[in-house]
Amino acid sequence: MSGKNTAHSVVEASERSKTLSAILVGFYALVTIIPLMWIFLTSLKSPADSVAYPPKVISQPSLTGYCNLFTFQSRQTPEYLASLPAPTGYCERVTRERGMVIAGPSKTPGRLLNSVIIGFGSTFLAVFLGTLAAYGFSRFKVPLKDDLMFFILSTRFMPPIAVAIPIYLMYRQLGMTDTHLGMILLYTAVNVSFAVWLLTGFIDEIPREYEEAALVDGYTRLQAFVKTVLPQAATGIAATAVFCLIYAWNEYAFAVLLTSGVAQTMPPFIPFIIGEGGQDWPAVAAGTTLFVVPILCFTIALRKHLLRGITFGAVRK
Amino acid sequence: MKDRTNVNALPTGTASVRVGLIGRLAGMSDRAIAWLFITPTIVLLLAINIFPLIWTISMSFSNYKANMGWVADKNVGIENYLEILTDPDIWAAMQTTAHFVFWSILLEVLLGFGLALLINRKFRGHSFWTTVILLPMMLSPAVVGNFWTFLFQPQIGLFNYVVSFFTGVDPSSFQMIGDVALAPWAIVLVDTWMWTPYVMLICLAGLRSIPDYIYEAAEVDRASAWRQFWSVTLPMVMPFLMLAILFRAIENFKMFDMVNLLTNGGPGSLTETVSITLKRAAFEKWHTGWSSALAIILFVAVFGAANIYVKVLNKVKQR
Repeated sequence: MSGKNTAHSVVEASERSKTLSAILVGFYALVTIIPLMWIFLTSLKSPADSVAYPPKVISQPSLTGYCNLFTFQSRQTPEYLASLPAPTGYCERVTRERGMVIAGPSKTPGRLLNSVIIGFGSTFLAVFLGTLAAYGFSRFKVPLKDDLMFFILSTRFMPPIAVAIPIYLMYRQLGMTDTHLGMILLYTAVNVSFAVWLLTGFIDEIPREYEEAALVDGYTRLQAFVKTVLPQAATGIAATAVFCLIYAWNEYAFAVLLTSGVAQTMPPFIPFIIGEGGQDWPAVAAGTTLFVVPILCFTIALRKHLLRGITFGAVRK
Repeated sequence: MKDRTNVNALPTGTASVRVGLIGRLAGMSDRAIAWLFITPTIVLLLAINIFPLIWTISMSFSNYKANMGWVADKNVGIENYLEILTDPDIWAAMQTTAHFVFWSILLEVLLGFGLALLINRKFRGHSFWTTVILLPMMLSPAVVGNFWTFLFQPQIGLFNYVVSFFTGVDPSSFQMIGDVALAPWAIVLVDTWMWTPYVMLICLAGLRSIPDYIYEAAEVDRASAWRQFWSVTLPMVMPFLMLAILFRAIENFKMFDMVNLLTNGGPGSLTETVSITLKRAAFEKWHTGWSSALAIILFVAVFGAANIYVKVLNKVKQR
């Protein structure tokens, strides 16, 4: 609104209602963030503190959860422990204090690596294919365009479990069960539909005049695409890539049904981080924290494009 | 960025290939380029989605069991479909799913729309709080389900402790996940926590699409705030709200990951949504033919809803 004299305008809320809104929204935000904060705090607790009653908000900080997440331990007799040389690192020390020794690295680094490989691999492919198709749909007269676009989007809505039955049989036949390639292709297929829709929106916004000028200058269609459209679509392509990466990083249904070891990603692995006699909550919390932090950073980086992302590019604010 | 350099690299390659490839690509008509660009995506979707779908349809008419592939399967016609549609367990799962979809969406719409109205008053710091509120919806539903089992632990769980702190109920006297009366609400609660921001964000876009002059005109007509809400705000936001409701309905109808890790369908099969029934039939009991038929039924329902969703999407897009 322009000046002070419009302060009582209907579209500008009064100071009092603004303050009240701020309090209510702030309260909701705090309540909603508590579960996340609690997981983070739990990851820094000792196993005993993590199951204390009443729940401890402040506890002696401990990295036991992270040690347990990355190492495999075994219980030993006190005599054997006494015969060992003094512990060298932090993790070894806290493990000894609990009457155990570190027997080797855990599966966690491998699962994290799988998440990274499958996430980046499928994102790269989906965005590459999606950019090409989006350009095709945005700039050329494609017969049955609306039907093709609907077909592409409808594949995104297929229930994962329904798709997983034939995919499981197909991959078993092709020897692609529990392989990186199989998971990359599968996630690419899911993400490409999203990428096409989102990128078509972004490319539609780039004025055609730039390309037409380039064509007049003697560039071929392909050169015009690479030299004028791609640079201007860079932000949109980057945003799309982050959305695809988040999907692949978070996906659980396909991963739990189609992978068991070699290509298993973090989501099906985290619930099975177990210690002696049940779930090792600090280790689970540590795994969850490490898994979630990149997503939170990406979400904050993406916040301007979130609306577009969740509406397949339809709502642009 | 990564993609740009790669696309750049595509026509170059090695020197000898280069001339031929560029020459060929440069001489292509626009029509040929359009097909060259679109075909790979279509082929991938046909291979990973449509071919399996057709396979599922053919299996749905057989009594095939994927763990006993050596036993010759026979054509059973529409028997699987008849069995499913008359199976009381399936109707129970449908009811569970309907309860979950209805209540989670109702709560998400009330909270999300309410929050959007508040945030739209543009108080200082509103964009910061909006970002904080948005965080849960970007997380992995599976990981969310898993860590809520920790919060819902009787006695030691934070949720039980907070409830007992405010109501005085003994924190070990109830189990959100284990109690028959509470488990269906546990999944509604977690879903609401996770997806309220989704509804909020879309409603906010709807509110921001309403031009100021409409409210100014309403004010000139001396319409009360209540009247303005019902005859201006709500109708104008409605298409956006429908978009959010439809999408959440589709997603929650096929909900698998969060519920699978939070309750695993339990206690018993009380929180067994249709997707969990499907997983159990397909990957635990290995009734492949039967579950293919259920998959097709699910797919038809989702496809119908997706059709409506795209119509609303295009309506919102035109504004």
